[in-house]
Amino acid sequence: MNAQNINAPSAYFMAEVSEKLETHTLSVLVDNEPGVLARVIGLFSGRGYNIDSLTVSETEHEKHLSRITIVTTGTPQVIEQIRHQLERLVPVHRVIDLTVEAHRNNQDKPLERELALVKVAGTGEKRLEALRLADAFRATVIDATTEHFVFEITGRTNKVEQFISIMGPLGLIEVSRTGVAALQRGGKAL
Amino acid sequence: MKREMTGAEMVLQALKDHGVQHVFGYPGGAVLPIYDEIIQQDDITHILVRHEQGAGHAAEGYARSTGKPGVVLVTSGPGATNMVTALTDAMLDSIPLVCITGQVPTHLIGNDAFQECDTVGITRPCTKHNWLVRRIEDLPRVLHEAFYVATSGRPGPVVVDIPKDIQFATGEYEGPNNIAHKTYRPRLKGDMSAIRQAVELIASARRPVLYTGGGVINSGPAASQLLREFVELTGIPITSTLMGLGAYPASGKSWLGMLGMHGTYEANMAMHDCDVMIAIGARFDDRITGRLDAFSPGSRRIHIDIDPSSINKTVPVDLPIIGDVAHVLEDMVRIWRSSSLKIDQSAMKAWTGQIDTWRARNSLAYRPSEDFIMPQYAIQRLYEHTKSRNTIITTEVGQHQMWAAQFYGFEAPNRWLTSGGLGTMGYGMPAAIGAQVANPDALVIDIAGDASILMNIQEMSTATQYGLPVKVFILNNQYMGMVRQWQQLLHGNRLSHSYTESLPDFVKLAEAYGWHGIAVDKPADLDDAIEEMLASPKAVIFDCRVANLANCFPMIPSGKAHNEMLLPDEANDEAVAKAISKEGKALV
Ligand SMILES: Cc1ncc(C[n+]2csc(CCOP(=O)(O)OP(=O)(O)O)c2C)c(N)n1
Repeated sequence: MNAQNINAPSAYFMAEVSEKLETHTLSVLVDNEPGVLARVIGLFSGRGYNIDSLTVSETEHEKHLSRITIVTTGTPQVIEQIRHQLERLVPVHRVIDLTVEAHRNNQDKPLERELALVKVAGTGEKRLEALRLADAFRATVIDATTEHFVFEITGRTNKVEQFISIMGPLGLIEVSRTGVAALQRGGKAL
Repeated sequence: MKREMTGAEMVLQALKDHGVQHVFGYPGGAVLPIYDEIIQQDDITHILVRHEQGAGHAAEGYARSTGKPGVVLVTSGPGATNMVTALTDAMLDSIPLVCITGQVPTHLIGNDAFQECDTVGITRPCTKHNWLVRRIEDLPRVLHEAFYVATSGRPGPVVVDIPKDIQFATGEYEGPNNIAHKTYRPRLKGDMSAIRQAVELIASARRPVLYTGGGVINSGPAASQLLREFVELTGIPITSTLMGLGAYPASGKSWLGMLGMHGTYEANMAMHDCDVMIAIGARFDDRITGRLDAFSPGSRRIHIDIDPSSINKTVPVDLPIIGDVAHVLEDMVRIWRSSSLKIDQSAMKAWTGQIDTWRARNSLAYRPSEDFIMPQYAIQRLYEHTKSRNTIITTEVGQHQMWAAQFYGFEAPNRWLTSGGLGTMGYGMPAAIGAQVANPDALVIDIAGDASILMNIQEMSTATQYGLPVKVFILNNQYMGMVRQWQQLLHGNRLSHSYTESLPDFVKLAEAYGWHGIAVDKPADLDDAIEEMLASPKAVIFDCRVANLANCFPMIPSGKAHNEMLLPDEANDEAVAKAISKEGKALV
């Protein structure tokens, strides 16, 4: 999004930042009140942070709690800033950097899944090939005519992306994705 | 105890319950029910401004001079949008404001109704938090939360947007006692082991410096007191940002003067060469750090701040302490006293000796004149005539603001009210009005520029209406001086639109508003004229005609480091023209 801003934390910063960019998944527990998503998104756009993926839904109805899952890219310093800036928002209960938590437990990544609906139109050999590949990816057909399929696929982001790119030449006409939902591995809640 | 009342009554009741005595506001259709309550009671005084921005800055002046939240009441649409600059100003300088806006009735929201605007949408990025109240049942809780959020943790502005039908609706009101906020609970006490480590690190320092900011003022008078005690105990030299002036007295023996772009040479060099830096309630803003990659290269840094997002934002620190300044300093002072820790005295002697050689460069020097009033001289004289009084200084934005910061000595907190973060021209006069309302016996002076003062000139009428004897001391150089200075530094002295054409006759203007007007252009007349201003029971405009082309030095040119300051004795035309590199020109 605003990747170039990441390198300029201040107007005075002239030198190139050589720190490596990292991708982190943040889980943000918020009060489900009007405008809370706008606050979070406004924070990211206003301060020039990246949003690679964002999902939100009410998760604890009685407590009016929603969970926002954000995948973002930045230097470690910027990612720490993002966490603190999110914590500063009044309706935010907690911010958990799931990537940091996973690393702390010697894991590569937290559990992450996304779902995509993929519409492929065509006939003949391409149509058959699409169906065969869908099977290999464990995508299921949720709608079809003799001219099209809609596949539902669930998995890690790179699996979903791979599937979509393979469908490209096979008649892909439309995609809808949920963005990433994520949890920490293991038997404990955060 | 619960009581039935209308939404408008709830607003007034909540203000009373939170100890509010003054509200700055401007009426309009969407707040008429609240205005109808205001006129039927005596506990709260409403100050009618002439423009909503003026209400916002007046409330800021009120808040900064008292430490209490400033309260504003404005109508929907243009009333709310006129508040945006003041809200942003309060946001950047962490000033507690509670702004109540009227809104079109709930059933019209979203219809582009007359004087409808998306107030919570517009003010979301420039408030600490905001609420649109859609149900009367929510109103008491939201009003109490508004005061809580504005004043706790790092203070800031909040907006409560109340549709007109909610102001008429009736519901049950409950006082603020039983309200605990669900999520927002800022941490006040610092982590004790971090504080102990900090004390040990300070004791091991050979070249320590204290770098303090507005957070010390915001924490309250106890913080300034503890800061003074800590400096007394340790002997550490201390500098401050623009926002923190007065927390440590300018007459104190450890005082280095302000740091940053127009700070003193000794303050900036001490920051550059220190081995332990103790940042307290300051945020490493770009006006302070200069070139980041050359910022204080050899120091270990302690950072005390109530806002975790201030830590490591631009400058990495070694030892962060999250907490309220007064709480943390109290622990530090106690630990220091009860330990036998002491900074190596010979190292300190060498360090203060080094600082004295920097001080001897006399970085605030200027060439005096008998023909023209030098702006620096005018501030010095103003200081001499007012220092023994209970004086509050506000400013506009520009060179005069920096000269005021450099040449007026602040001895106490909450006596210096200036727009630091946003740099809002037009801030000073309404802020002075707000400060005068809160401090009727104080001498309140707005040190102004000829361009800035015109930005909220209408507020003269407010001062007249309420008999507020504020003094507006204009350093009139007939330029937007700071813009002119930058054009000289950056753009080959091509003075594009920075000459203030067609200025009014300020003396006549004063008279037109029922003020007293004074104009001076000879250094020899200055002292008597200042006395005339101070003797007047009225509000006064003092048109001080100063040297037109004076520049504000010393200066860290954009893109340069603390040890690359441009000093007044080196700043000839050629040095000024070459001071900023090509890359530096892109910076603000
Ligand atoms: C609202 C606003 N608009 C523009 C600016 C940019 N600006 C900064 S200083 C300045 C000139 C101020 O001139 P004056 O008030 O005469 O003060 P001087 O610098 O001459 O002391 C301007 C235009 C600003 N800070 N605020």
